[in-house]
Amino acid sequence: MERRFTKDRLRRSMMFVPGNNPGMISDARIYGADSIMLDLEDSVAYTEKDAARLLVHNALKTLDFGRKEVVVRINDLASGLGVLDLEAIIPAGVHVVRLPKTDSAQDVADCEAEIARIERKHGIPEGTVGMMAAIESARGVLNAQSIAAASDRLIGVALGAEDYVTDLKTTRSDGTELLFARSMILNAARAAGIAALDTVYSDVNNEEGFLAEVALIRKLGFDGKSVINPRQIEPLHRSFVPSEKDLKKAYAVMEAIREANARGSGVASLNGKMIDKPVVTRARRLIALAEAVEEVEEV
Amino acid sequence: MTMDKNAIERIPHIGEICHRGPFAGVPEKRTATFQDRSWRQNKVVESLEEAIRRTGLQSGMTISFHHHFRNGDHVVNQVLDTLARMGFRDLTLAASSLAAVHAPLIDHIQNGVITHIETSGLRGELAEAVSRGLMDCPVVFRSHGGRAAAIRSGELPIDVAFLGAPSCDPYGNANGYSRDDSLLACGSMGYARTDAKYARQVVILTNHLVRYPNAPWAIPEYDVDYIVPMDDIGDPKGIMSGATRYTKNPKELLIAQTAARVIDAAGYLYDGFSMQMGSGGASLATARFIRERMLEKDIRCRFALGGITGQITAMHEEGLIDRILDVQSFDLDAALSLKNNRFHHQIGATYYASFLSAAAVDQLDFVVLSALEIDTDFNVNVLTGSDGVIRGAIGGHPDAAAGASLSVVVAPLTRGRIPSIIDRVNTVVTPGAVVDVVVTDQGVAVNPRRPELAERLRAAGIPVGTIQRLKEKAETLVGRPDPIRYTDRVVGVVLYRDNTIIDTVRQIAEP
Repeated sequence: MERRFTKDRLRRSMMFVPGNNPGMISDARIYGADSIMLDLEDSVAYTEKDAARLLVHNALKTLDFGRKEVVVRINDLASGLGVLDLEAIIPAGVHVVRLPKTDSAQDVADCEAEIARIERKHGIPEGTVGMMAAIESARGVLNAQSIAAASDRLIGVALGAEDYVTDLKTTRSDGTELLFARSMILNAARAAGIAALDTVYSDVNNEEGFLAEVALIRKLGFDGKSVINPRQIEPLHRSFVPSEKDLKKAYAVMEAIREANARGSGVASLNGKMIDKPVVTRARRLIALAEAVEEVEEV
Repeated sequence: MTMDKNAIERIPHIGEICHRGPFAGVPEKRTATFQDRSWRQNKVVESLEEAIRRTGLQSGMTISFHHHFRNGDHVVNQVLDTLARMGFRDLTLAASSLAAVHAPLIDHIQNGVITHIETSGLRGELAEAVSRGLMDCPVVFRSHGGRAAAIRSGELPIDVAFLGAPSCDPYGNANGYSRDDSLLACGSMGYARTDAKYARQVVILTNHLVRYPNAPWAIPEYDVDYIVPMDDIGDPKGIMSGATRYTKNPKELLIAQTAARVIDAAGYLYDGFSMQMGSGGASLATARFIRERMLEKDIRCRFALGGITGQITAMHEEGLIDRILDVQSFDLDAALSLKNNRFHHQIGATYYASFLSAAAVDQLDFVVLSALEIDTDFNVNVLTGSDGVIRGAIGGHPDAAAGASLSVVVAPLTRGRIPSIIDRVNTVVTPGAVVDVVVTDQGVAVNPRRPELAERLRAAGIPVGTIQRLKEKAETLVGRPDPIRYTDRVVGVVLYRDNTIIDTVRQIAEP
């Protein structure tokens, strides 16, 4: 199935699907996640790696994922499995390859070189397959800026918190322990003009805790979050729906700008406050988000 | 006293009124305390054998049971063992339903004690054996409403009803719980009430004889002939478990959420609506999303009907549901609510669903029902599995679907490698004529009978497709299973709620 990655798109939710579970793979699209991430890495036991690779290869070739973004998380190249994964998934058609445990820009470059080689080998136009880098260590966090800027194929950088907190010699708690990493990754992503994606929230039954974390990453500025259970998608998406009040204000801003432009003036004001460029940019983004959220995809 | 004889003779039927003279119809006035009397002059019989003898039961007659003890029932097996020991043969067993625990009936069928069965459903080994040709006479499957109607009309005459009751006083006032102690047992005894009212003789089997009057009661003493104290009428663990939790299966939740959207968009979620949720993860979970929408819209439900779970009673206690009409309590929370909440009301099977009388199902706005199979004509099967073997029960499915203004059938598009939407269901239980919407995890289909409904759903942004499209999708995913191989022999007859034959179940061919 022909797929080509898009840099800019809605990525509120990226749903992990174990690459060795046929039922979950075939159902993956029904839950409304923006991106589906078929996993060949941590959710697949070492003895299942070959079977999962074959299954994901065939799923990519045969299943209709609709307008969803299809991501495959490969094993890291150092394990020797990563290249086998790429060989299987690229000819089958994949939007984005998620590189795990990215510690440096060199990791991205190494992976990109393999992707490009495989694209050439199969006559696929170079640059068809996108990438995202998951940062899961202190070294990776400190290198976030160079990682995010390491390739034009990168659609975003993501935080992998479980490995990261272990590296820090701490555990996950209220989010304080992740503040530095989240801020680094977010700023690196924004500086490179790509998406910033947050880590999973693993206590599936704690909806309150999940929503608190979602509120936090929304405040920080993240584009979205990985989810491990379909039940998390709906509350996650709900938190991205702009409030009626904010939306009204955004439309009013756009209207004021239109009027000012019609008058030949570059300066507009709303309720006595000057509307400058950042305000307009935010309003435009909010309206775009609201429209994207409204879209209903037929399953 | 002077009597104007002419004036008296103008009263109609006067001859019948006074043919016996004054005081002829009243027993002598008694002076013992009522407590003393209630322990000495009552309907309690020492043994089940004695009660059976007194009922006048004979071979060839019809006996009945209720299924409120579900898979914890010990009444049916004990009574049948006793009847077999006493030499009865050729009996018709008419139960409101039968469960896997009733596998010992196979022996009684093979020995000729039971020659015919009428039930809402069969499960486990007994169902398997029936599907493989155990009985000469086909099993008759009726809906809860159909059974109640047949009993009342005399189409299914019951000679003796053996009704297990978790609490009963010495005169026969019986119930599924007790206000005198912490007993909850089975909550409502709705299905047993029809048997008690219309059976020629009624025997209550109880493990809990309580003081008179056992009020409130499900079955009144005037419907009861004998009471047999028993050590064991059922296993509490099999009768009922704590609380029905909302499913955590994301696919079922997705289906439930879509079902709630459909109901709202269809216009049936308004202040004062009525509803029923069938059993099954997705249908029960729909209540959760209905609740969210009710809070959002600030509306209330006038009544919830049917098999009742703790989820419904929690909404009642939250003030979201005004009344509960409970024919069967599904969990301990529901039983507790029946006991404690005065507007949680116990109803019988006849009032629940009989087409012959005023029935509560006829007042439903919507019902959410599960399905094993749905076909492209919207017919639904809840009785036979994808292997053709009987493994379910009709329950109130066709009654509620027919009664409700909107019937929503929920099912996953595929179960493992088996498609749920197919060309023709194995067994028609609920005809497409009373099914309005099918909701699956992969899309929604509206019966072409209701074009206005499809319009409303589309207007609300719900993508509506055709049932054919859903069937094709299922086939794309899992392929088309080989047809089930049956013999020509009929092992079951399925009656619609008006007790007309809607389909038959045939014996499966051995491989």
